[in-house]
Amino acid sequence: MSTELETEKITPRVIHVIRQNSDKVFRGILIAGGLAAFVLLSGIFGFLATSAGPVLRAFGLSFFTGKTWYAGDGLLPSEGSIDPPTFGLAPMLWGSLLIAVIAVAIAIPMAIGIALAATYFLPKKIAFAFTVFVDLVAAIPSIVFGLWGFFVLMQHGALWAKWLNTHLGFIPFFKVEFEGFEQSPFMAGLVLAIMITPIIAAVSREIFASVPAELINGAQALGASRWTMIRNVVIPFSKSGITGGAMLGLGRALGETIAVFFVLQLFFDEINWIRILESTGGSVASLIVSRFGEAQPLEISALFGAGLALFLVTLAVNAVATAIVSSTNRAKK
Amino acid sequence: MGSEELEFVANLDNAMETKDINVWFGERQVLANVNLEFQTNTVTALIGPSGCGKSTFIRTLNRMHELIPSAKLAGRVMLDDEDIYAAHVDPVDIRLKVGMVFQKPNPFPSMSIGDNVLAGLKLAKRKVEDADFILEDSLRKAGLWDEVKDRLKTSAGSLSGGQQQRLCIARSLVLKPQVLLMDEPCSALDPGSTRRIEETIKELRESVTIVIVTHNMQQALRVSDYTAFFLSEEGHPGHVVEYGLTNDIFHEPKDQRTDDYVHGRFG
Ligand SMILES: Nc1ncnc2c1ncn2[C@@H]1O[C@H](COP(=O)(O)OP(=O)(O)O)[C@@H](O)[C@H]1O
Ligand SMILES: [Mg+2]
Repeated sequence: MSTELETEKITPRVIHVIRQNSDKVFRGILIAGGLAAFVLLSGIFGFLATSAGPVLRAFGLSFFTGKTWYAGDGLLPSEGSIDPPTFGLAPMLWGSLLIAVIAVAIAIPMAIGIALAATYFLPKKIAFAFTVFVDLVAAIPSIVFGLWGFFVLMQHGALWAKWLNTHLGFIPFFKVEFEGFEQSPFMAGLVLAIMITPIIAAVSREIFASVPAELINGAQALGASRWTMIRNVVIPFSKSGITGGAMLGLGRALGETIAVFFVLQLFFDEINWIRILESTGGSVASLIVSRFGEAQPLEISALFGAGLALFLVTLAVNAVATAIVSSTNRAKK
Repeated sequence: MGSEELEFVANLDNAMETKDINVWFGERQVLANVNLEFQTNTVTALIGPSGCGKSTFIRTLNRMHELIPSAKLAGRVMLDDEDIYAAHVDPVDIRLKVGMVFQKPNPFPSMSIGDNVLAGLKLAKRKVEDADFILEDSLRKAGLWDEVKDRLKTSAGSLSGGQQQRLCIARSLVLKPQVLLMDEPCSALDPGSTRRIEETIKELRESVTIVIVTHNMQQALRVSDYTAFFLSEEGHPGHVVEYGLTNDIFHEPKDQRTDDYVHGRFG
């Protein structure tokens, strides 16, 4: 009886931890850093949203879904416009996504190939030189890629595109409505692919190098050849990491401006959904750079709106990427 | 002529035999003139202080050694009266005939329990018709079937350390090896799991020749028929001090150093 009473009196103990000063400082720095990033992001968002205000108020949702971009006399109807402007971003928004996806689709196999070669196939010294070379590609300014794309790649690329169209034209992606083949989403995707391959390759290389030796040993002890080991052990282990790398690349591709500006023909009034070989495409960043110089105040506001849209899309891509990476990580456990 | 024939007859019972194995890492020699015979369907324990070359030696038996860039080797390893290092021999084939279980359980994390067991078939590109039978048979031999038969599709990461190690044993049995190498298979496990694996080893001995490295003297006594004592004395490469029936090595060692080691007086 008395023991029962005693057990009733016991309450969970509150455990106090006295944090060390160095701990406190470290925590403080981390929190401050996190807050700073958050404030910065919110600040950018606020700035873009305010600057885009006039256009968003005038056009509402049709700013994102409309297909026509016409500066007119730069006045709103309420201001007595006689040549009223319309600003619809849809072809550019879709175009940005399309070329970024093309770029990533081309870059992933290249990057994985490069990383596998450097990790598993090339002799150490050659692998090192190769790695340095690929990393250097990442350091080339994007304007150089734009010029190279325009003056060099485009001639060859147009031939490849024509070949794809002739032989695989039955696939909707490779159909064209009018032949041009230059300055197409495919071409822009190709240039972007070369620009983002080093990033994805670097991430993949790190991941491959982190595959535990005991897994590799285990596979080899079971009579695996290098290829079967890579396919069945290395790639499954590395999937989520490579996905993360690809998303980094996608983010970079979405935002890339000047290189795309040279190799893509911007086209309004119709959305080019999937005909990637046609010279009609879209890119929000290219739109901004091509219109900014001669824009009236209202169009400037529209360009800020375009920036805002790109900012949100990039945030969304990153959120999706984080979700993918953490869900595949969880599946592993 | 006559003596050659005699040697051949004497070799019939040997699943595997090493002849003057010497090993270097770079310029440094770590093993000298190791001559051992592993008789069919017996368990041989390799004992000795850390760093004397037991792991290195066992890895020469299935050609895992040569995967380390600086590793060099001299001597021969005879399997079915053929040198596994002969020019025409594919190392991959040797690893199929000579399986290996490692110190740390290493199931493939991205595969289910069932897929882990059958991973060897996939990795070695072997086609089989009775995969289900092989799966059950291997898990039974490894003493794991009853514990996992209802969750073959779940991830191998959900098993305990001891279960993972038995999974790895099952995985190597799928390829029907003639010889199974085990490098301190219980050193990361609790006593209960260790017992289970020792029982498994005793049962496996019916069908496969086992070579096991262990730091646990009691374990060597419990599971092995033969014992080889390795030692690397200061500045010298590791070598075999004494080799014989486990009982003799533990109870009537010929060499003082063996006596000291098995009685815990050094190492
Ligand atoms: N990959 C390696 N490179 C260089 N030296 C090594 C390597 N692996 C082992 N050694 C050396 O070889 C010797 C034997 O090691 P090991 O076979 O692991 O011993 P044991 O398994 O008996 O503890 C040790 O001196 C060790 O430092
Ligand atoms: Mg060892």
